[in-house]
Formats: sequence, C-alpha cells, structure tokens
Amino acid sequence: MGDRGLQAPDARTRIVARAALELREGTTVNLGIGMPTLLAAHADGLPGLLLHSENGLLGIGPYPLAGDEDPDLINAGKETVTAVAGASFFDSAESFAMIRGGHIDLAILGGMEVSEQGDLANWMVPGKMVKGMGGAMDLVAGAKRVVVIMEHRTRDGGPRVRRECTLPLTGRRVVHRLITELAVFDFPPRGAMTLVELAPGVDLEEVQHATEAHFELGAGLTGS
Amino acid sequence: MSAAKVVGSFVEAVADIEDRATLIVGGFGLCGVPEKAIAAVAQKGVRELTVVSNNCGVDDFGLGVLLANGQIARMVASYVGENSIFEAQYMSGELEVELVPQGTLAERLRAAGAGIPGFYTATGVGTQVAEGKESREFDGRTYLLERALGGEFALVKAWRGDALGNLVYRDTARNFNPLAAMAGAVTIAEVEELVDVGELDPNQIHTPGIFVQRILVGSGYEKPIERLRVREA
Repeated sequence: MGDRGLQAPDARTRIVARAALELREGTTVNLGIGMPTLLAAHADGLPGLLLHSENGLLGIGPYPLAGDEDPDLINAGKETVTAVAGASFFDSAESFAMIRGGHIDLAILGGMEVSEQGDLANWMVPGKMVKGMGGAMDLVAGAKRVVVIMEHRTRDGGPRVRRECTLPLTGRRVVHRLITELAVFDFPPRGAMTLVELAPGVDLEEVQHATEAHFELGAGLTGS
Repeated sequence: MSAAKVVGSFVEAVADIEDRATLIVGGFGLCGVPEKAIAAVAQKGVRELTVVSNNCGVDDFGLGVLLANGQIARMVASYVGENSIFEAQYMSGELEVELVPQGTLAERLRAAGAGIPGFYTATGVGTQVAEGKESREFDGRTYLLERALGGEFALVKAWRGDALGNLVYRDTARNFNPLAAMAGAVTIAEVEELVDVGELDPNQIHTPGIFVQRILVGSGYEKPIERLRVREA
C-alpha cells in the first residue's frame, strides 16, 4: 500500500500514504477529522499503537460490520466505530487531560494554512464558514508532536504554505511537521522552516514555485 | 427521601425552566444527547435560552430543534459544523455564539462543579480565543486564564441510573454528560433504565448521585446515527 499510495494519481491519497510513515509502534495517536481519519486504516498493523478519539475513547477499532453499528460508539468525526481489545472509555474532561497533559504522542490534523513560523489555521474562514475549533486548539497546544497534512495549494491554486497565515489561527508555532503532496517540511524549535523531503517525481523548483513561505533546504537537498 | 429525585414526566422535569435560563446540555454530536428533555423544553416553548453544549445537534434533531424554534439566544459550543440553521442564525446575528475549544469547555464545566473559579491552559494562546483574557507565564510557557462555566440547569443522558441519581453511561455516550451533571445547579438526568437502589455496582458508577437532582426514565430512544460507517465482511 505504502509505495503504491505514494505514487497514486490522487494528491490526497499520496499525502495519506506519506503521513502513514509517521505512525509508530507503541504510541498513542490522535487523528483529526477528514483526511487524517483515513490514516486509521494504516495503523492496523502496528503493534501497541492506540488511536485516541477526543470524544472519549482510547483504542479506536475498525468500522463495524453492517448491522453491528452502535449509535453509542462513535469517533470524533461522529462516524460509527468499534473499540479494540484493551480500549477504555472516559469523559471529555479526562480525554482532554490526556491531550493537554502531554500524554498523546502524536496528533495529525488537517490544515487550511501553515506559516513558515509553524502557525496553523484550520478552523474558520471569516464571513464564509464557521465550524468551530472543536478539539484542534487543545490538540496543537498539548500533543507531544503535531503533524499537519494538507494539499499544498488552495483549489484556486493560491498559496496555503505562507509567510504568515491570513486566516484565524488554531495555534502559534505549534506545527512540528507539514506533509503535502509535494513535500515534507519540518519546523525546528530553534531555526527556520526546512524542506526535508520531496515527494517522488517532484523537483525543488516546483515546490519553490508553489510555496509562499521561505524555507531552508535540509540535508541532501540542494538548490538549482 | 431518595425517591424525591424521581420525577414522573419530562413535562414535570422541565417545568421550572423559564425564559432566559442557562442550560448545560450533555452529548457529543447526536451521541448521548438528552433527547427527551430537549423535546420537553421545545414543547414548553421557553425562549432566549443560553445553551452550553459541545455541539448544537443537527437541523432536525437534538438541540437543532430548539434552534429551529428560535428558542436559543446564545450558544456556547466548540463545534457547530453540522448545522445549517446554526450557521444562518449566526451569520445574520440572530444567534450570539461563543466558540470555546473543546477541552477548555469540558474543563470549564468540571471546574464549575468542582468549586474552582478558573484555571490556566495553554490552549488558544496566540489565537482569537486569547482576546481579552488574562495570561500568565509558568515555567517559561504562556497560559490563559479560563473561567468556570456553570448554569441553572443541566440536561444529561445516561444508560442506567437509580433513584439516588447515580448514573452509568455507555461507551462514548458518556462524553460531556458527567461534566454537565457537575455544572448544573439543577441537573435533570434521563436514563434508558432506572434500576433499584443497590443494583448498580458502586465501583462502576460514573456520576455519583450527589450531582443529580432529578431523574427519570425515557422510552423509545431514537439515537440517530450522524455518520454511518461500516466495513466489508
């Protein structure tokens, strides 16, 4: 799946396939709503990996078989799910104690914009859309590691990877890694946004052209 | 004495909820929502309510019904993306909205019930959520002061309960319900099954009855599924 996914024609499939490489055995991971939820299928084979759902479940299992769905058992995207052996249920305050208290190893969230400072905007478009931040602000403030996955440009071809976010922020200097269909960037605590990987078949010029943010080149990546 | 908590009908349970009341309502999406009490509030027709709940139902179910009836003046929630009436009323200014990060909302409710007037959290620092709030640095990191959030009434839904108000929830239907129960001055709990006092294992009680003032059994729960997902056999 991994290799094939990385070469898929669809940008979102490639992003998810690359993001799946971030999942590690024996860790606790929170997957955001939308594209990140697709990563659940990649977590199956990893021993000891537990998926956290902020509505009160540690140990999300696969979707139920038809007829076995239970309205009392959903994920944070309100989808019917199951619970794995060893799962636990808890209330929302305890769930966010896990998040805020730094007990979640990795949060993978969708984004609308990411800035070169590692700021994230993903919850509101003023005057157009108001959905609310849900648990996203808590996750970016509390998870040990925050990975954002998103398409590199807007549907109109505009920049999403920006010098400064133009949309209301979810968190300031919170992103550790950004994965798009073109590239992977890291945001070191001291230092500048750094390009660390080019997606297969993508060259540096293409990334530079599609990216408003200024970034440095990681080891092994050289300018033209 | 204990039986004094058991009320005979949902009409009776919500009888003293008046216009401009604040209601703290449990549930996450359509999961674990006190659907019978919400229906009774809709029927009573009280208006200008302040409602505190993680979400606001969907257009035709849960809190969405109160919204469609124009009964809610102010909503405090973390995520309202599934409700077109909400969006329309918010955009037109008809509905006042306070969006609160989900974990902050949960903790504000818990704090209200726990006698803690406020707490510091890093959630929302550097965002709109921080505007107008006191901030303070602890060990080199900035935190916001968030205030406790309680209300006159809480509406909660549990799986099983007894006449003392002890509650047990099922799976992820627990969510905000225990916190809403703590935050309400008068907490009205509806349960699928009301069992004899002593039948619930004290080791397994999620909300001790001290947080519940009224309890009653609901029947014919609809429990609609918001997003049905299944896998191939």
